[in-house]
Amino acid sequence: MAVLEVRNLHVAVDGKRILKGVSLTVKSGEIVALMGPNGSGKSTLFQTIAGNPRYQVVEGDVLLDGASLKDAAPEERFAKGLFVGFQSPVAIPEVRFAFLIQAMLNKRSGKKLGDANPKIAEAFKIAGELGLKQDVFNRGVGAGFSGGEFKRAEVLLALLAKPSIAILDEPDSGLDIDGMAAISKALLRLAEGGAGILLSTHYARILKFLEPSKVYVMYDGRLVLEGGPEIVKKVEEAGYERLFKEAGIA
Amino acid sequence: MEKELADVRGMIIESERASELLGAAKPVPYAVELKGRITRDMIEEISKLKGEPDWMRRLRLRMLELFEKLPMPKWVRGVGEIDLETLVHYAKPQTQTARSWDELPKEIREYYEKLGLPEMEAKALLGLATQFDSEIVYFNFKRKLEEKGVVMLPMEEAVKKYPDLVKQYFMRVFPAEHKFAALHGALWSGGTFIYVPPGVRIEQPLETFFLIGGSMESQMEHSIVVADKGAQVHWIEGCSAPRLLKYSFHNGMVEGYAHEGADLKITTVQNWSRDIINFNNKRAVAEARAHVQWVEGSIGSKTTYTFPSTILKGEGASTEIYGITAANGGLWKENGAKVWHLAPDTKSRIVNKSISANGGTSVYRGMVYVAKGAKYARSHVQCDALVLDGDSANITIPHDQVFEETAVVTHEATASRISEEKLMYLRARGLTEDEAKASVVLGFVSDIVKDLPFEYAVVLQRVLELEFSKLGRVG
Repeated sequence: MAVLEVRNLHVAVDGKRILKGVSLTVKSGEIVALMGPNGSGKSTLFQTIAGNPRYQVVEGDVLLDGASLKDAAPEERFAKGLFVGFQSPVAIPEVRFAFLIQAMLNKRSGKKLGDANPKIAEAFKIAGELGLKQDVFNRGVGAGFSGGEFKRAEVLLALLAKPSIAILDEPDSGLDIDGMAAISKALLRLAEGGAGILLSTHYARILKFLEPSKVYVMYDGRLVLEGGPEIVKKVEEAGYERLFKEAGIA
Repeated sequence: MEKELADVRGMIIESERASELLGAAKPVPYAVELKGRITRDMIEEISKLKGEPDWMRRLRLRMLELFEKLPMPKWVRGVGEIDLETLVHYAKPQTQTARSWDELPKEIREYYEKLGLPEMEAKALLGLATQFDSEIVYFNFKRKLEEKGVVMLPMEEAVKKYPDLVKQYFMRVFPAEHKFAALHGALWSGGTFIYVPPGVRIEQPLETFFLIGGSMESQMEHSIVVADKGAQVHWIEGCSAPRLLKYSFHNGMVEGYAHEGADLKITTVQNWSRDIINFNNKRAVAEARAHVQWVEGSIGSKTTYTFPSTILKGEGASTEIYGITAANGGLWKENGAKVWHLAPDTKSRIVNKSISANGGTSVYRGMVYVAKGAKYARSHVQCDALVLDGDSANITIPHDQVFEETAVVTHEATASRISEEKLMYLRARGLTEDEAKASVVLGFVSDIVKDLPFEYAVVLQRVLELEFSKLGRVG
């Protein structure tokens, strides 16, 4: 049973305060959704959890199974069972996607980077299910990937890494309805396998597939609403602006 | 690839860069050392010691005259550091050319063992010659090739045994067109002569390995590789040196000849220690429908000037010139290419990849010449630079001279860096910072490395990995 806990997190980037006291928890097998308008701090939260050194924790902490991650490097967090998917494509044309998969799987199982890894065959299979074309494997990571390809690739990596907590930053953006369905199915499988999932999204649509147990809405670096699937409905019907007005937030 | 890479890793160099791997230079007994001013007497003495035929002695003396006449090239950096009069120009170690590793003096054998050459020979090579300072000290060549008429010999032996064959090529592919080429011609010593008869195709590579064992020396080996009509050969040259007290000067020459329809490959894995000033004179001729491939892996040395060049002489001849340059630390590394398109339907492709870090400068200096009448000649030059920090640089100096209207000559250049974003992404996938950097660097050169024989790909990757995985912070 894994638990990711974010406690009163305050984060600054280049001296500017972005997160102003965020607290939430994600447990094994549960799906938690984070919604909110652009610029509300969702990606900042995720990058901080991933351990990105650009994001400076001013106050509060992130804990995995009760232990602080404050001093853990990104690769150590990965080793402890965290997987954080990125929102926008990072292009690393030098590193082939197939090599990244192999390297990641080897790191996960405590082997050397370049060792052979039989699970690469599994990657091809899952890629097929996610609608990710085979030629992607021979291209550089993110190199010339469409938005949809990058999202599918991130979900593929999450599935292969078998994390205890998977965090996905807008896994649905840039996808058509079929892509969304495929990704939802994959994430459900991940949760059924025991992983806790935290995902951000702009749209209610993917949450119809996923049925999150908890939904948070973030605005200006704070979690302003918290509840169940009914919040998704409200966001969809009213939009953020009206919702925040009604709640007396903005 | 990655699987095999891991498999043989154990057998290959486990250590650091060349200098760290080989440690500091150890004293080696010499039979002869000729030092000081480069005079007619010195040249005569070398020729006499080698027991050369008169034509070679006269060639040397002609080259000496040219050396004295030709001006010092102004564009060469670091040339001021070389004081030719203080260098030992001929250093013959106290040993005969051995046919087995056991026959070599211990000090010398240990160097080669540390480099993993005996294993490499057993696994991947059909012939191997190793040079220590001025002479080939070890030479072994598979009998089955001899039976097919293939010749592989230390150059001195070939000069005596096959004078008519050697004369056709010796400094004819690369004439003494500049001061250092002439100097080379006057002082050359060592190197190998390879001749592959018509139609003979050698599937596994032949190698010559060059080691400079002492400080304040010059090494000027001369190698010739000839693929006769329809023949195929792949020759590899490796270079290394231990850590030296001061510096040494390398001024070698490689002449290649691909006759009609032949396939000639020449691969260099240059990993000199940081005490070597490295000059090279490399040129090949491709006759009709012949193909010449150069791979220049320029990793070590303090200063390097190397420009593998091909003269596309016959119709339909083609060449590929691949370069990998690592300039890590305050080094100046020039790794360029030259191609002369002299006949119709000739093709050239130049791919140059450079990595600069910690104040290193890599330079691509290239020339594509298309003669009038070389109809429909095609050339593409691609230069990719990976510059790892703000103190480092890449300079790309392409130069075209196109006198044929139907020719198509194109260029493409990219520059990239290892950004914090790239590192963060890879670290979030479990790679440490060092592993992330090494993966980017190795990936950057992978499309060149994958063409190398497997064992060499491993060596080159390993060397690059060690060179660049311990970088300071990059940004």
